[in-house]
Amino acid sequence: MTTTSPAPTSPASAPGSARSLLGRVRVDYRILAGLAVIAVAMIIAYQWDSQQTTAVAARTIREAAPLILAALCGLIGERSGIINIGIEGQMLLAAFVGFMVASSSGNLILGVMGGMAAASVAGLFLAWTAVALKMDQIIAGTIINIFGLGVTSFLYVQGRTMPSVPNWPIPGLDELPLIGSMLFSHGPLTYAALVAVVVVHVALFQTRWGLRTRAVGEHPSAADTVGVRVYFVRYRNLAIAGMLAGLAGFALLQSASVFNRGMTNGKGFIALAVMIFGRYRPFGVLSAAVLFGFFNALQAQLQFRQAFDIPPQFFGMIPFVFTIAVLAIAGLRTRPPAAIGQPYEKE
Amino acid sequence: MTPTESSGTPLIEARGLTKRFPGVVANDRVDLVVHPGEILGLLGENGAGKSTLVKMIFGIYQPDEGQIFLRGEEMTADGPGQAIARGIGMVHQHFQLVPPLTVAENIVLGAETTRGGFLNRRAAEDEVRELSQRFGLIVEPSDVVEDLPVGIQQRVEILKALYRGAELLILDEPTAVLTPQETDELLGIMRDLASSGVGIIFITHKLREVLAVTDRVTVLRRGKSVGSVDTADATTESLAELMVGRSVVLQVEKSAREPGEVVLAVDGLQVRDDRRQMSVDGATLQVRSGEIVGVAGVEGNGQRELVEAITGIRSIVGGSVTIGDHRVAGHPRRVRDLGVAYIPEDRERDGLVGNYSIADNMVLTDYHRPPFANTGIRRFDAVDANATELVERFDVRTPSIETTVGSLSGGNKQKVIVARELSHDNKLVVASQPTRGVDVGSIEFIHEQLIASRDEGDAVLLVSAELDEIFSLSDRIAVIYEGEIVAMLDPETTTREEVGLLMAGGGESDGESNGQVAGLGADGAAVD
Repeated sequence: MTTTSPAPTSPASAPGSARSLLGRVRVDYRILAGLAVIAVAMIIAYQWDSQQTTAVAARTIREAAPLILAALCGLIGERSGIINIGIEGQMLLAAFVGFMVASSSGNLILGVMGGMAAASVAGLFLAWTAVALKMDQIIAGTIINIFGLGVTSFLYVQGRTMPSVPNWPIPGLDELPLIGSMLFSHGPLTYAALVAVVVVHVALFQTRWGLRTRAVGEHPSAADTVGVRVYFVRYRNLAIAGMLAGLAGFALLQSASVFNRGMTNGKGFIALAVMIFGRYRPFGVLSAAVLFGFFNALQAQLQFRQAFDIPPQFFGMIPFVFTIAVLAIAGLRTRPPAAIGQPYEKE
Repeated sequence: MTPTESSGTPLIEARGLTKRFPGVVANDRVDLVVHPGEILGLLGENGAGKSTLVKMIFGIYQPDEGQIFLRGEEMTADGPGQAIARGIGMVHQHFQLVPPLTVAENIVLGAETTRGGFLNRRAAEDEVRELSQRFGLIVEPSDVVEDLPVGIQQRVEILKALYRGAELLILDEPTAVLTPQETDELLGIMRDLASSGVGIIFITHKLREVLAVTDRVTVLRRGKSVGSVDTADATTESLAELMVGRSVVLQVEKSAREPGEVVLAVDGLQVRDDRRQMSVDGATLQVRSGEIVGVAGVEGNGQRELVEAITGIRSIVGGSVTIGDHRVAGHPRRVRDLGVAYIPEDRERDGLVGNYSIADNMVLTDYHRPPFANTGIRRFDAVDANATELVERFDVRTPSIETTVGSLSGGNKQKVIVARELSHDNKLVVASQPTRGVDVGSIEFIHEQLIASRDEGDAVLLVSAELDEIFSLSDRIAVIYEGEIVAMLDPETTTREEVGLLMAGGGESDGESNGQVAGLGADGAAVD
């Protein structure tokens, strides 16, 4: 009786999503509106004080880079069902190991690789506690944070130096007004963050890896019954995600050129806010990170200028206040992957 | 329909399968044969070992003894992956679909065709579309699964198995979650699949469905195969007897009774559903003491909201609900204190706390008052004594009253609710789908209990999607359509066809009859 009914002829794309080479791109109008306001404000400010505006614009992207990388680390883990609140610790470990390797070898490449390896191992530890021990993932993440802060503070010795990370202005483009210094005169890790957004997006929505990752994060037993190895996917994703956290940690060294105790200063946690505000989607992460980066840059500029007769700590508060406000608003409407935080038990 | 080559090599043959779990023999030397193009009904009460048997065939469990032959070759599968690779597909009772992914993504997951790791979405969708047309399982590959109704999701599950080349399809209680119309469609699909050569193992405890669609039936009782019969030679009575092991009273015995005063009065009731639509709109209904009023209707015509308004769970927008002399105004506990028992539609969600013991679930409505609590302190001896008595009286099959309710079978879960609700001194019993997903033996028991309540003088409001149930229990039948009671009928003088037509909106001159009259075909219950 159903055999003869014609196929429903609904169009190939669902409403609210557009198909392109990048797969389904969902636009979050709240973030877009925020970015538009900032863009307009910057253009107006540029007319008024081009030098400072350019400085804020460049710094916005520079500040956003570690947030993007760290938030993508969180995203890859959470999309496969593991909550990672240990990003802060992973970044700190990566920054420390990266600094020590770079300073003793004098080689930045080795430093980056050391940092990535350290954060990746921490990610595997998280996967192990979540998959094999079925431990509470919040507690496991907290262990990483405490361990990261403790061990790096303990082992840290002052007086070491590492080669500074070079700036790679892109010839021709870096001369453009405002845009040039905003997008085309950064260090390698900042570019890496922007490239990572595209790579993770394509991987998540266009590849077998991404399909399996999303399935495991939403409904692991469904993935399991069709032969997807749930545990393997979780281990692998946390190892990959850890490498991104490693880049995020090294991105802090890119601007500081030296390791400091607790130098992440809550960026790993802000990255989680960025991930949630970005709705667990790479381009959402990019937009959200730019918003956060802007408030960081603004705060830094205001502190530096001492334009107003207000203690600088108040400006320092801005990014954190913004984080709280964003989470209070965005947390309401965001839907995390369904299987997040739950250990998977095979039948 | 008929086995095409019952003399040829069977598609699958299980010989002497035995599976033991600590303390129980779940399957005891069970034999089973399915030929290509044949539909085998696997019948049995909850806990009879049907699921264990198919899980061995699907490779989830390994048999302790016995062999499985696939097309004559012995098969050992240590995991579903191997079973899938050999052409066995299983549609689980709880769907194994990833809700936010599309139909095509769900179908290809785990068996993706890729180029350098990249998915070819268009090719996958085309492939799914082709498959869906070939087997008459119409789906749109780019739809997101979570937006689809349950019946369509089930098609996706079946397609998932066919995509992997399944020649043997195991359907584990596929109709438990379906409306009568969806059930009819599924049975049609099963016939089409069988005629294209797929062998099907169809697990159910609805005898009507077995008779409607299968070629042969294998019946399990307490882990043993008690018979394999050709469907053509079987009747509802003979199958029910095989299943339960004694003759089952399918026709409910009910004495004539004169109803008393009005206990429940629903007047011009308006209630909104979760999507803020007015799903009950002007319903009027009365239930007197000592009578059962059955509410018949296609699901989604406001039954759920009607019941939730009467029990105080959902707020009333307009009109009134009066129980005895009291107007109901959205306080579930006050409604209960008026002497209202409530058997909810979704027992797992609304009727039980899965992680609590049977003893605690038995006092969910009374834990706070004597004898189960005294000045705020719980009295566990009274709680345990109550549970022990009710488990005995209502025949709940459980190792202990400390067992968590979540680990019981569907029929036993329902018995826990029925025991809790009907052991009180009630004035009104509201029973919503009381036998959904429950085995024959338990259905019979629950029906008896509802009749007993009526005979004690309770007013009973019964909401059911099973027309058989409505007809055999009700003293009066209320037909609900688009949130209104469109007819009040006497079951003695009404036919199923008339009720079916009213349910589909055929009673009104301008009603849009959708032609698919619910429940006229294979809607299921064991009652006839």
